[in-house]
Amino acid sequence: MMLTIIIFGLLICGGIAWYMEGIKQHSARWVALASFVAFAMFFAFSIISSSQNFSELQSLVRIAWISSFNIEYALALDHLSITLIILTFFLAIICVLVSWQEIQDKQGFYYFNLLASIAGIIGVFCAVDLFLFFFFWEVMLLPMTAIIAIWGHENRHFAAVKFFIFTQVSSLLMLIAIIATAYFYSKQTGALSFYYQDWLEIDIPLHLASYLMLGFFIAFAVKLPSVPVHSWLPDAHTQAPTAGSVLLAGVLLKTGAYGLIRFVILLFPQASLNFAPIAGVLAVVSILYGAKMAFAQTDLKRLIAYSSISHMGFVMLALFAFNAVAYQGAIITMVAHGLSSAALFSLAGMVYNRIHSRNLNDMGGFWQSAPRMGGFALAFAGAAFGLPGLANFIGEFMSLVGAYQHFPVLVMLAALGLIGSAIYGMVLFQSSFQGVRTQYIADLSIRELMITGSLLLSLLIIGLYPNLLLQFAMGAPSL
Amino acid sequence: MSTFMLSALPFYPLVSFILLITLGKRLSWQQASFLSVGAMALSAISSGVLVYQLSQSNMHVFTAQLWSWFSLKSNTGTTDVNFTFYLDALSSVMICVVTGIGFLIHLFAAVYMKSDENFSRFMAYMNLFIVAMLILVLADNLVLLYLGWEGVGLCSFLLIGFWYQEKGNVLAARKAFIVTRIGDTAMAIGLFMLFKSLGQLNIVAVSEAAQASWQVGNNDAYWIALLLLGGAVGKSAQLPLQTWLPDAMAGPTPVSALIHAATMVTAGVYLIARMHGVFLLAPEVMQYVAWVGASTLLLAGVAALVQTDIKRVLAYSTMSQIGYMMLALGAGAWSAGVFHLMTHAFFKALLFLTAGAVILALHHQQNLFRMGGLLKRLPVESTLFIIGLICLMALPGTSGFFSKEAIIAELWSSSTAGPSLWWCAIIGALLTSIYSCRLFFLAFLGKERFETQLHIEKSKLLRMSLIILAALSLLGGLISLNLQEVFAVVSTKVVNMNEPSWLHTVAILTPFIGIAFSWFFFSRYRLGENNEIVAKQNSIYKFLRNGLGFDTLYQWLLIRPYCFIAKLNQRDIIDQVIMLNAWYVRLWHDTLSMTQNGSLRWYAAAFGLAIVCLVGVVTL
Repeated sequence: MMLTIIIFGLLICGGIAWYMEGIKQHSARWVALASFVAFAMFFAFSIISSSQNFSELQSLVRIAWISSFNIEYALALDHLSITLIILTFFLAIICVLVSWQEIQDKQGFYYFNLLASIAGIIGVFCAVDLFLFFFFWEVMLLPMTAIIAIWGHENRHFAAVKFFIFTQVSSLLMLIAIIATAYFYSKQTGALSFYYQDWLEIDIPLHLASYLMLGFFIAFAVKLPSVPVHSWLPDAHTQAPTAGSVLLAGVLLKTGAYGLIRFVILLFPQASLNFAPIAGVLAVVSILYGAKMAFAQTDLKRLIAYSSISHMGFVMLALFAFNAVAYQGAIITMVAHGLSSAALFSLAGMVYNRIHSRNLNDMGGFWQSAPRMGGFALAFAGAAFGLPGLANFIGEFMSLVGAYQHFPVLVMLAALGLIGSAIYGMVLFQSSFQGVRTQYIADLSIRELMITGSLLLSLLIIGLYPNLLLQFAMGAPSL
Repeated sequence: MSTFMLSALPFYPLVSFILLITLGKRLSWQQASFLSVGAMALSAISSGVLVYQLSQSNMHVFTAQLWSWFSLKSNTGTTDVNFTFYLDALSSVMICVVTGIGFLIHLFAAVYMKSDENFSRFMAYMNLFIVAMLILVLADNLVLLYLGWEGVGLCSFLLIGFWYQEKGNVLAARKAFIVTRIGDTAMAIGLFMLFKSLGQLNIVAVSEAAQASWQVGNNDAYWIALLLLGGAVGKSAQLPLQTWLPDAMAGPTPVSALIHAATMVTAGVYLIARMHGVFLLAPEVMQYVAWVGASTLLLAGVAALVQTDIKRVLAYSTMSQIGYMMLALGAGAWSAGVFHLMTHAFFKALLFLTAGAVILALHHQQNLFRMGGLLKRLPVESTLFIIGLICLMALPGTSGFFSKEAIIAELWSSSTAGPSLWWCAIIGALLTSIYSCRLFFLAFLGKERFETQLHIEKSKLLRMSLIILAALSLLGGLISLNLQEVFAVVSTKVVNMNEPSWLHTVAILTPFIGIAFSWFFFSRYRLGENNEIVAKQNSIYKFLRNGLGFDTLYQWLLIRPYCFIAKLNQRDIIDQVIMLNAWYVRLWHDTLSMTQNGSLRWYAAAFGLAIVCLVGVVTL
C-alpha cells in the first residue's frame, strides 16, 4: 500500500506541479522538491518501522488486475530494491536542485516529467509481476525521452529519438521473452501467471531457457549499457539537460543492473552460468573500450558518459562471477557510480551554465577563479578512477577480488581499466581546472555547494564505512 | 595510552589539512605555518614517544584498531579488512623517518614558500601527504596499505602540479600519476591473486599462511612476489617505470625533498621489506629485485653524469640510491636496505633543501652551467652541500658509509645476488662519487657564471632545519636499528663461500678513486679557467641526458599508438555501424517518398504497371 501511495502520489504531485506553474511562476520546482522530500521520508519511515524481514523478497501488494490473463498488480521489496529506491530519492532531490536555475521555460511540464519518471523508476524497482514490470519499464522511458527532446541541447531530437528506438527495440525482445516464459509456465503448470515468485519455481529445459534469458539480457544490456549496444548513451547524455544526465547516469543505468540481478541471474541461473564467460568478455570490453573512448573525447559530458560505460562494465563482470564478494562489490559500485557520475554531470552542468560550452578546448585554469569547484572536481575525478577512501574503490576492489575467483584472466584485463581510468580522469580534471587560465568563472553558489557537498559526503561515508551499505547486501540472493 | 597515541598519529596532520583547506586564504602566513608545522611537530614527538614505549615494552608490536572497514568471504573463511595500525620495529623506523624528516622539511618549506600566494594550499597538500604516508607504513593489511599508496600518489600529483598554470608542470604531474598507476595495477592484481591463494589480506596472516602452505619456489609465490615488485618499481622509480621521477622535479623543491627523496619513493622499498615473508619463498623474484636495483643504479648513475639541471642530478641520484636499497633487499640484506633508506632520507633531504636555498639565492636558476664560484659567495650553503655529498659518496665515518658498506658487505655471498652484483654496486659507488664531484665543481667551484645579484636568505629557521639534517647525516650512522625480530629469517647466504679478503678494502677505497678521477677529469670545471663552460650537445650526451632514451621508447611504443587509436576511433565505429541502419531506413524513406509526388500521370502509370504485374502473376 505504501508503495502504491508513493508511486501514484508522485504522479499526482507531478500533475499538481504542472498545474501550479500556471498559477504562480516558479512554484513547480518547490512542489517537486517538497514532494520528493516528503515521499522519501515516508518511505524511509515505513521501512524502518516495518516488522518484515527484507533480506527475503517481501510481497507488499498483490491484487488482480487484468484477470483474463492472470496479470496482477504485485509489488515487493527486498534489500536490493530498498537500497536502489533510496538512491533514486536522493538523486531525485539532487535533480531538482540542479534544475533550479537551469530550466526556464515550460517548468510545469518539466517537473511533471521528472516526477513521472521517478514514479516509473520506483515502480520498476518493486514490480514483481512481469507485465507490470514491463509497464513501468515503458513508463520510465517516456518522460525521460521528453526531457531530452524538449529541454536538451542543440542536437536533442536526434539523441532523444536514438535513445527511444534503442530502448524500444530491446524492450520488444524482452516482451517476447516475457510472453514466451508465461506460455511455458502455463504449459507446465496448466495455469497462466506472470508472477515472479511463481516463475522462480518452474523448470524450463536448458536450450529454451538460454533463449529466454537472452531476450531479457539484451534489454538490460542496452540499459546497462554494455558494448556493443552502448552507443545511445553518449548522445543521450551529451544532449540531455543536466538533470536529465544526472537521472540517466545515476538511476536509469541501475535499472539495467537491477534487471540483470532480478530477472536474468535469479530467474535463469543455469543459463546465466553457461552464458557467464560471454558476459564476462563483454564486460571487459566495455571497461577497456569505454576507458579508451573517454580519453579520446573533447566534449566534457561525452567523456563522462563513456566513463559511465566503463564503470558499469565492472558491475556486469562482478554479477556474472557468481561470487558473494563480487555481488557485494557490484551493489556498492552501483550506488557509488550513481553518486559519482551524478556529481560529475552536475559539475559539467555548472560549467556549461557559466561558459555555455562543453568543449574541453574552451576550458582551462578554472581552479584560479573557482577553487572550491576545482576541489570538488578533483574529488569526483578521484572517484572516477577509484581513489581509495571513496566508495567507488570499495566497489571496484570487491568486484575484482570476487570475480578473480571465477575469471582470473578477464579480471587481469579488467584491471588494465584502472590505468585507463587514471588517464581519462587526468584529462577530465587537468583540461578543465589546470593549465593556463582561459576565463574567469564564478565559484560554487550555496545551492551548488549543497549538491556537491552532499554527494561527496555520501561517497566518503560509504568509502570509509561501507558496512552501512553492506549489511543490506549481505542477503545475497542465494547463488 | 600507546594504543590511543598510535591511532591518533595520522590525525594531527589530517586536522591541519582540513583546517587549511577550508580556511585557506583567510589564514595569515604565521597561522598557516603554525598549524601545519605544529601538526608535524606533534606527529614527530608522538612517533618518538611511541617508538620509545615500544622498545621498553615486552611486546614487540603495538596494534590499534580504529574501525572495521569491510570483510571478504572466501572458501577458507572470512578475512576482515579494517582500519588497523600495526607498529613494529620496521614501521617504527618508517614513522620516525617520515615524521622527523617531514617536520624539518615542513619547517624549511614554511620559509621557502612564504611569498607564494597559495601558501595554505601548499602546506595543506604537504600535510595530506604525511597522512597518507603514515597510513601506508602503519597499515596492518594490504588494502589499507593500498589506500595510503594511492593517497601518496594523489598528493604527489597535486604537489608536482602545484604551479598548475604552467603546462609543463601539469604534464609532469600527469606522467607521474599514470606511470605509478601502472605499477599500482600490477600490485592490485597481486592482491587479487594473494586473496585467492591464501584467503588473507592481513600482512601478518599472509606471511604466516605463506610459510605454512608454500614451499620455496612455489608458483603462486613467484607470481605474487613479481606483481608486488611491479608495484614497488612504479612507486620507487626503478626500471622500467623510472621515467616519471626526473620530470617530477618540476614541483617546488621542498616537494622534491620530501616526496621524491625521503618518503614516497621509499614506499616500494618498504613494501618489499614488509612482505619479505612472501619474497623469501620466491628466490627467483628476489634475484629480479636485485637485478632491477643494480641496473637502475647504473643507469641512473650514468644519466646523472651528464645532467645540466641541479635538481635532475639529485633526482637521478635518488633513483640510483634506491637501486642500492632494492639491491640490498634482493640480496636478502633486509636490515641493511632499511638502514640505507633512513640514512639516505637524511642526506638526500639535506642535499635537496640546500639546493633549494642555492636556487632561491640565484633567483630560481637551476642550470649548473650558469652557476659556479658559490663556495665563496654562499659559504654556509656550500658547507652543508659538501656534508650531504660526502655522505652520498659514503666516505668513511658518515652515515652513508655505514649503510652502504652494510649493503655491499652482504652482496658477494648472497644466494640471490653474488659477485657480479657486488661489482655493479662498486661501479655504482664509483659513478656516485664522480657525478657528486662534477656537481660540486660545476656549482660551487670555478669562476662565477651568473650575472644576477645573489639573494641570500638569512632566516634562522631555514638554517636550523638544514643544520639538523646535516648533523643527522653525519652522525646517523650511529643509530642502531633493532630490526632483528622483524627479519628473523634464515640467512640467504651461500654456505661455505669464501669471500676474498680484498672486498672491504676495495669498497672503502672506491669513492676516493672516484674523487681522484674527477679531480683531474673535471679540472676545467674546478678551476674555471674560461667562462665558456657549456653543456656538451652531441647526440650521445643528449641520449644520456634524456634518461637513456626510455621516454622516447615509451612514447613510440605506448603513448603514440594509444593516442592514435583513440583519435582514430573518436566517433566510435560501433556507433557508425548502427547509424548505417538509420541511413538505410532513411534511404528507403527518401526513395518511397519520391513516389508520393502528387502527379496524376505517375499514379496512373503505377496503377497500370501494377495491373500488368497482377495479370502476369495470375496467368503464369
